[in-house]
Amino acid sequence: MKKARKQRLLLVIFIVVVASLGVGLVLYALRDNINLFYSPLQVQSGEAPFDTRIRVGGEVVTGSFSRASDSLIATFAVTDGAAQVPVQYQGILPDLFAEGEDAVAVGRWSREGVFEAEEVMAKHDEEYTPPEVAEAREQAEKVKAGADQSKRPDN
Amino acid sequence: MIAELGHFTLILALCLALAQAVVPLFGAALNNRLWMTTARSTACGQFVFVAISFICLTLLFINDDFSVRYVADNSNSLLPIYYKISAVWAAHEGSLLLWVLILAGWTLAVALFSRTLPLDMVARVLGVLGLVSIGFYLFVLLTSNPFERLLPFSPPDGSDLNPLLQDVGLIIHPPILYMGYVGFSVAFAFALAALMSGRMDAAWARWTRPWTNAAWVFLTLGIALGSWWAYYELGWGGWWFWDPVENASFMPWLAGTALMHSLSVAEKRGLFRSWTLLLAILSFSLSLLGTFLVRSGVLTSVHAFASDPERGVFILIFLALVIGGSLLLFALRGSVVARSASFDWCSREAFLLGNNVLLIIAMAIILLGTLYPLVADMAGWGKISVGPPYFNLFFVPLALMLALLMAPGAVMRWKTNELSDLANKGLLMVIASLTLAALTLLIAPVGFKVMPWLALSTAYWVGLWTLNDWWQKSESGRGRWAGARRLRGSYYGMQCAHLGVAVAIIGVALTSYYSEEHDLRLGPGESTSIGAYRFAFHGVIDVAGPNYIARRGHIEVFREDKSLLDLHPEKRHYTVGGQVMTEADIDGGLFRDIYAALGEDLKTEGAWSLRIYVKPFVRWIWLGALLMSLGGILAMLDKRYRRLNRASVGAGRSTRGAVLGAD
Repeated sequence: MKKARKQRLLLVIFIVVVASLGVGLVLYALRDNINLFYSPLQVQSGEAPFDTRIRVGGEVVTGSFSRASDSLIATFAVTDGAAQVPVQYQGILPDLFAEGEDAVAVGRWSREGVFEAEEVMAKHDEEYTPPEVAEAREQAEKVKAGADQSKRPDN
Repeated sequence: MIAELGHFTLILALCLALAQAVVPLFGAALNNRLWMTTARSTACGQFVFVAISFICLTLLFINDDFSVRYVADNSNSLLPIYYKISAVWAAHEGSLLLWVLILAGWTLAVALFSRTLPLDMVARVLGVLGLVSIGFYLFVLLTSNPFERLLPFSPPDGSDLNPLLQDVGLIIHPPILYMGYVGFSVAFAFALAALMSGRMDAAWARWTRPWTNAAWVFLTLGIALGSWWAYYELGWGGWWFWDPVENASFMPWLAGTALMHSLSVAEKRGLFRSWTLLLAILSFSLSLLGTFLVRSGVLTSVHAFASDPERGVFILIFLALVIGGSLLLFALRGSVVARSASFDWCSREAFLLGNNVLLIIAMAIILLGTLYPLVADMAGWGKISVGPPYFNLFFVPLALMLALLMAPGAVMRWKTNELSDLANKGLLMVIASLTLAALTLLIAPVGFKVMPWLALSTAYWVGLWTLNDWWQKSESGRGRWAGARRLRGSYYGMQCAHLGVAVAIIGVALTSYYSEEHDLRLGPGESTSIGAYRFAFHGVIDVAGPNYIARRGHIEVFREDKSLLDLHPEKRHYTVGGQVMTEADIDGGLFRDIYAALGEDLKTEGAWSLRIYVKPFVRWIWLGALLMSLGGILAMLDKRYRRLNRASVGAGRSTRGAVLGAD
């Protein structure tokens, strides 16, 4: 091989190696920083991992909201119609957060069975439903419908 | 009648855009002078008709014509007049009309200020702009017509403008951002014209540079305004969220910044030519991608108003045609303009190459993080979101590296430099900036932290190189003043923009590491201390605004037990739509902002949850962006663009097709 060609080959190999290393690192960092969404049903059936940053969302259960009297700790439950997940959050809730409305929480599912939220997002206008919440609700309805059908023969 | 007139003139504008695209492009291909000369007149006509259409829509808003669906959805008779006008571009349909108006405006500007360009170049540039316009007119007319009527059952009153958008920042943010987005279409058109004609010389770069600068200035201002708006209007005091919509505007900015720098190499040294063309295509494609991301509703965030799949598919096809078509042209013709020459690794070219590589890597990483959730959703890997830690992890070191390269790169000579001079000076600069940064952090009573120290050192590094370079270059026999005046506009533009980067780095670093953010519970008469300040909460009263009722808090700020100022943050309830808005009150200053916002009424003894933040140097972020824009304007106004363009016309005519000497 000629010297120039050999140099060029080495350069190409070098670029390929460095680029794939770079891409690999980026993908690795990406994996660490993505927050998967779980529906309350998935959380309660044990699909959600413990102590990993995830998102959970659904309708805030009416009557479940309470706030500590001396701090900003708030507790409430979210539901997709099939299961409920208790959520604990310290801080200021968004303007449109309310019982009976949809909310998505980012945080960790603890072994004590409480979702410790770092951030709570509510819908930002009257008609908007977070798409993952809408989908989770449909799934839950299907599961419930399936359960009803399987019960029917017994009745 | 007005709605129909607006609709009709929009269709006429489409027809003119068709003529503007087809006739001159064929004229240029067949070398038919008459066909080529039509480009300017059709461009003017197109602008007139789309402007009439836009005025019609504005009149519909001013007249409260709620029989038009778009007006009924986004306005209300109670709205103040200036918000009625800004409501024109508050949602999907109107903002697209604004988009085509601005595109027609840029086209008109090219038509008017291109007297010195060769005719075939004008014809090709305007033709390409016409093609882009056709796509957008079809999009507006077929999928998002703002003039659609709600007949026979039109509502008596409109459902009001989203209160988030009832704000001065949002009156001017979209037009300026769009000026930037759409402005890259000019660089794109110049690039395609170069590919079609096979001519890409120093004169081409000189024509393209001011246009690219102009678009970049608008985009910089637009992004800064958006960040500023988010800071004071969204009610949680952040200034950048790595939200997909922000990323959508940031990616073309990064690509556009790379383009500006590679254009300088293309002008001065005739290098990086095909790379420059590729960057021009990339910048505009990313602008289109931004529109697609924001306007098709594939994202779910504050900015995504539309959620109509028909529109998404249209933009996707349009995007594929524009990107695919231009890349195909590039693949076929790119080699015609390519040229190679050698340069040393210690030269301005090499450093500008480094700048381009880093900017494009940053852009690619942001693109990956922005699109990954969409891809994952489509592939069924689950509903995911990518958090800010990912973006910060990569962007912060890349940005610091860019700034480190930027300072010596800007003072280097082309082709080759004596390494030893530079190394000696560099070592001195390193020591000086590290020491100065450490001293600053120790003297200002904030405490020493490693990251802000490094960031501050980088800012000083940029500042020292810049000032040192100016000091050397402004030396002259007739005194410093004469020497300083001799330096070019483009030189001052570059230095000003680079100092802007340093200022922005200072702002980002100090705000991120030294902000004190307290979310807390306070009852009337209670107070809290943050740093040197004490905040006393005096409770909440009810007040009425023009189209909302508000609960207004009163927070008195003390410094060393002296009353300093009063803050009145509000919680507004908009009566028509029922939306709730948090209106923060901010006492701004060059060195610190005091920020207060009402959280929730805790319904016990008048207690509220409050956000009280002290944010040092936060304004420097936007100040930096302003300096960058000012730099862009200074560079754009450089005399040589006018003078040399005029000179090159004669040369261009006599040596048609020849490459004009680069240096």
